[in-house]
Amino acid sequence: MTTNQQTKPEKTDAVPGAPLLEVDDLHVEFRTRDGVAKAINGVSYSVSAGETLAVLGESGSGKSVTAQTIMGILDMPPGVITGGEIRFHGRDMLKMDKDERRKIRGKKIAMIFQDALSALNPVYSVGFQLAEMYRVHEGMSRKDAKARAIELMDLVKIPAAKERVNDYPHQFSGGMRQRIMIAMAMALDPELIIADEPTTALDVTVQAQVMDLLAELQRERHMGLILITHDLGVVADVADKIAVMYAGRIVEHAPVDKLYSSPAHPYTEGLLASIPRLDLKGQDLYAIKGLPPNLMRIPSGCAFNPRCPYAQDICRADVPPLIEVAPARHSACHFAQQVLDKNGGS
Amino acid sequence: MTTAAEPILQVQNLVKHFPLTQGILFQKQIGAVKAVDGVNFELTQGETLGLVGESGCGKSTVAKLLMNLERATAGQVRYKGEDISKVSGKALRSVRRNIQMVFQDPYTSLNPRMTVADIIGEPYAIHPEAAPKGSAKHRVQELLELVGLNPEHINRYPHQFSGGQRQRIGIARGLALNPEIIICDEPVSALDVSVQAQVINLMEKLQGEFGLSYVFIAHDLSIVRHISDRVAVMYLGKIVEIGTETEIYDHPTHPYTQALLSAVPVPDPAARQHRERIILTGDVPSPANPPSGCRFRTRCWKAQEICAQEEPLLQIRTGLQGHAVHASACHFAEEKDIVHSH
Repeated sequence: MTTNQQTKPEKTDAVPGAPLLEVDDLHVEFRTRDGVAKAINGVSYSVSAGETLAVLGESGSGKSVTAQTIMGILDMPPGVITGGEIRFHGRDMLKMDKDERRKIRGKKIAMIFQDALSALNPVYSVGFQLAEMYRVHEGMSRKDAKARAIELMDLVKIPAAKERVNDYPHQFSGGMRQRIMIAMAMALDPELIIADEPTTALDVTVQAQVMDLLAELQRERHMGLILITHDLGVVADVADKIAVMYAGRIVEHAPVDKLYSSPAHPYTEGLLASIPRLDLKGQDLYAIKGLPPNLMRIPSGCAFNPRCPYAQDICRADVPPLIEVAPARHSACHFAQQVLDKNGGS
Repeated sequence: MTTAAEPILQVQNLVKHFPLTQGILFQKQIGAVKAVDGVNFELTQGETLGLVGESGCGKSTVAKLLMNLERATAGQVRYKGEDISKVSGKALRSVRRNIQMVFQDPYTSLNPRMTVADIIGEPYAIHPEAAPKGSAKHRVQELLELVGLNPEHINRYPHQFSGGQRQRIGIARGLALNPEIIICDEPVSALDVSVQAQVINLMEKLQGEFGLSYVFIAHDLSIVRHISDRVAVMYLGKIVEIGTETEIYDHPTHPYTQALLSAVPVPDPAARQHRERIILTGDVPSPANPPSGCRFRTRCWKAQEICAQEEPLLQIRTGLQGHAVHASACHFAEEKDIVHSH
């Protein structure tokens, strides 16, 4: 794992040399009336400044729960963090008290949500909601804060920002609303942005605009970006490295071009084969058989074994650890080397 | 796929305007949302026609008009030569035996209080002639097996199934009356990637088995290419380009099609440097007040004066060769390969 640290000097008591954010062996479960759902079962990843990590997974794979835990907005109860650390500049956020976390949330780590229409408050104008960031966090006057809100709307390229600052969320199109969400995340100049499916609700033409904007801002400000998505296409364009999640675990972790050219985990391999290509008229689509697991009854051993074409007895007995199979490449599969060799990756 | 037979479905100059009214007691019409504004296409037996476009372009309204769930403002939908856009009552019911629909959201399109047997069996209650008395349950079990579900789960409720399984239930319901045409409105967009492929493969298998014709509406261009024989691209209530899957994807001539294709993120980082990207500025204009002339001109990089004055018709343009010869509604239609990296 690379830890080339390039952040600007920090006034907080950061541990020097530590990556911007490290998630270390995180475990989260939901204790519900029907039983315990193990949403995250030992997730580890890290992001440095200026780096984009894509977290890829299907619904229920735990990608959003990880993000919520990092932000400290997990519903507890029913959610319970049963283990692990989340270090921001080397300091474990899970051990901080409420006030300390609040100082980080929004200011240092900001989040962009999927559905902008429900993430924005419909009864306040967007200008008011953007200005609120400055009034609450920086104690600015209403007037100054509003001026800053207009600047923000310019930053995310909303046309005629001055006229539109008093408009309400429903008066904006989907793409514009998502820009407002990005503006809000950008407001306090955070070091890390977590974007949870930022373009899933948008049309392709608008999706391209929004992703470009996000990538541009990230480059300019040298921020860390965690991009959570289920769309293999979106990820290919912007990410540096990818973590693929399945049933609350990272099953593969690799630099983006390597992952696409030579997947080292059967699940990644299946996912890549199951999407139709734009530039080819395919034959039959490869389909991963079966269904994603129920988190209350995760299969023993490797969680993917009931759907895996490589599965042997060992897969039903032992959980495969996430190990390095090639330089900078990790896979959690007993047959990782075999999969990698088959795809010509070593 | 060229069956020279008579088209099973012909859509001619289909129009749907939703009135915009003002006032409470004395309502007067102050305008109209031109959701569908003159759409023409044909569907032959065993064929899949893909309908693509951004949200708000009217593709779902077309689906509703084909099903006669909405009354067309003007135009015709001909099923085997007979105009079905104005029929009602008994005649409409008999038409619907042959045209069925699969909806987007498998969570809201299945009644949570009905068991699977009731949901898939309901068509037989409405059309008792479709299944001999007492055989409905048996038919439902056959259908469940056909779409890859366990026939023993006949008494379960929708919430006991996953998203992909629910969409299979929706497909089974669509198949219950042995229709000839199935209109699929975004049938896989709510599903996870690994499950999408299963449902698409199922739909292709069923098409081969029963000779079904599909109108496949989706915003995901890769999936549309995979399943379609012919593709129509819609923009603001009109078809801007129509042709075979190869013609549209490998030889697009309309700037909107080209922009749409170039915006699709390709899951291959190696190809991204070689791909030209056309990023459109702005949003889709309001269908209540569409631009004059060509509706795409406000976002088009080729726009000239003529585009504002004269509406380009959907026709085969001159000066094009090979696969580029297909109907395109642009004054400056020109072939451009977008999806292949150079």
